[in-house]
Amino acid sequence: MRVNERIGGWGRQFQPGHEVLTEDLEHAPRVLFRGLGRSYGDSSLPPPGNPVAVNTTRANRIIDFDESTGVLRAEAGLSLRDINLTYLHRGWFLPVTPGTQYVTLGGAVAADVHGKNHHVDGCFGQHVTRLKMRVADGRVLECGPDLERELFLATVAGMGLTGQILEVEFPLRRIPTPWIWQETERVPDIDAYVEKLTEAAHHWPMTMGWIDCLSRGKHMGRGIVMKGRWAQAHEAPDSFPGELPQPRLPFEFPEFLLSPLTVKAFNFAYYWKHLPQKREGLTSPWTFFYPLDVARDWNLMYGRRGFTQYQCVLPREAGPAAARRFLEVLTARGGASFLCVIKDCGPESAAFLSFPKRGISIALDIPVRDDTQALIDALNEQVLKEGGRIYLAKDAYTRPEHFRAMEPRLERFQDVRLRWDPNLVFRSAQSVRLFGDPA
Amino acid sequence: MKRHVILGGTRGMGRSLARKLVARGDWVALLGRDGGELEKSAADLRARGTPGVRVATAVCDLERPETFRPALEASEQALEGLDTVIVTAALFATQDQLEADPALAQRVLSVDFANTVLFCEEARKKLLLRGGGTLCVFSSVAGDRGRKPVVLYGAAKAGLSAYLEGLDHRFKSQGLTTVCVKPGFVKTQMTEGLPVPPFAGDPDEVADTVIEGLDAGTPVVYAPPIWRVVMGAIKAMPRFVMRRVNF
Repeated sequence: MRVNERIGGWGRQFQPGHEVLTEDLEHAPRVLFRGLGRSYGDSSLPPPGNPVAVNTTRANRIIDFDESTGVLRAEAGLSLRDINLTYLHRGWFLPVTPGTQYVTLGGAVAADVHGKNHHVDGCFGQHVTRLKMRVADGRVLECGPDLERELFLATVAGMGLTGQILEVEFPLRRIPTPWIWQETERVPDIDAYVEKLTEAAHHWPMTMGWIDCLSRGKHMGRGIVMKGRWAQAHEAPDSFPGELPQPRLPFEFPEFLLSPLTVKAFNFAYYWKHLPQKREGLTSPWTFFYPLDVARDWNLMYGRRGFTQYQCVLPREAGPAAARRFLEVLTARGGASFLCVIKDCGPESAAFLSFPKRGISIALDIPVRDDTQALIDALNEQVLKEGGRIYLAKDAYTRPEHFRAMEPRLERFQDVRLRWDPNLVFRSAQSVRLFGDPA
Repeated sequence: MKRHVILGGTRGMGRSLARKLVARGDWVALLGRDGGELEKSAADLRARGTPGVRVATAVCDLERPETFRPALEASEQALEGLDTVIVTAALFATQDQLEADPALAQRVLSVDFANTVLFCEEARKKLLLRGGGTLCVFSSVAGDRGRKPVVLYGAAKAGLSAYLEGLDHRFKSQGLTTVCVKPGFVKTQMTEGLPVPPFAGDPDEVADTVIEGLDAGTPVVYAPPIWRVVMGAIKAMPRFVMRRVNF
């Protein structure tokens, strides 16, 4: 290992280690692949015993694009942003996109990312038609929904643990215009919020929203529901929506900037900035899809100790009040978060470890403090009670026993994984922590 | 619309540069030593380029000077003309590797200096014959001053920079624009494994800087631009300091 090198997830909690940069993935070292490092916790970090990961971002060539069907095949390091900048003005868009476009195709598959259209279109992996992979014994092979299906279903949402994803094939989608028609609505509390969100899902292809997760009592869970669809030609201007400038955070903020008071002020302002009860109009897809890209390196905001994100899904069977019960646990502990994102999910995908399932997903940023572990434990216990689960791409603190209790699907995943990688060549810091892999 | 030949356009900074050129509607011929890689990169450029963009390829190996002229001629034919010849290809090895392996040192010195210059000579003749054009060559900040970590590589690049300056003086009036690009540390596969210094650049940002220089015909382009200041400071250091420091 080289000295003085550290590697961290988006939450900026670092461990010793380094990345190898290569354009030739097929001949890269046989260790964990890592893309743009936007997973928050330790899923893209190498195991402590062999602290090396391959950075795939330079393997970013488009292999083929079929203008008639929209099918795109590309090397795994290609970023969603690169795809957007290349194809949006030609009338094509990603079938599914998360809240940041700084994600590689390989990462999008490995985390099986979801977006505002999950309730209609499912996860990214459900659109993938082929993967080219290199597995633990060095063989290069292809898999897909109809080819080596088990390997495919383990690889989608498999956090890079089944092998190295070299190429990804999936169809882009035709869009009528590059503009979004959006409607936003201010909602007074969590129950009304869940109701509005569920209702909106029947009429809108894209929905999500934000709630204030500090206010308690009758304001608990007040927030803003956002609904959107691609604008039709007669609604949209002829101009092309240019990507917005993304100012860079210049340095790590000191921790005192992020006091409960500032977070409270932010949440208050964010809610009341939306003064009219309802708003509608055109917006650019950059603003609509990528709130996380308003500033580069925004993770520096959380200071020296970094932060973690907590995302869970509470199943529909737990009832509409599950979100309220979750917020009660959270606000009782004063869990500070700028943006608490809440979204209803559609049915679970066939991928063994895919995160979303029918119900409500809640995501919040938590600055790392002395009591973070205790907070995550309490949230996990609540999620377990409701029959929910957490999202591996965000996680850094969940205890293995909690994870196992949430994931009855883990055994099946491990079966397939071990068949392709009996010696556990591909491990991550997260698989060591949660799956019981050797360090 | 301009027509560019890029030697080294399949990888690193050359790849970023080629993409930005086709994205604005220019035509590109990729030169490189591996036919398969050339085809893959050409497919990438065609998928990204504006409709009707033309991308050609020709095998050209800086270690085999006999490939230079045929590759340039094939490119000129495929693009039906030629405005710019860009060289981003080079060999790199660390000072320790070069000191330990004279055969490697010979390869690096020949490729980065003698053969690159020979390629430029062919390109220069071709461009002058066409009435002018731009020759844009990636040298390095390593050529700005003899330094401990780049004694041999830096010497080859210093020679290359001197050659390019001479070309500029001699042929500018005849219509040949020479652009000498001096990249600082850029995070590519070439620099993989080296400790990353401050002000390290990214290939896409470098490509933007280079295209600006290319369009303006700037004789010396530092990329990222901050390296002009960094190298200015290093060049100003007295010898007794340079003997002590390790950069």
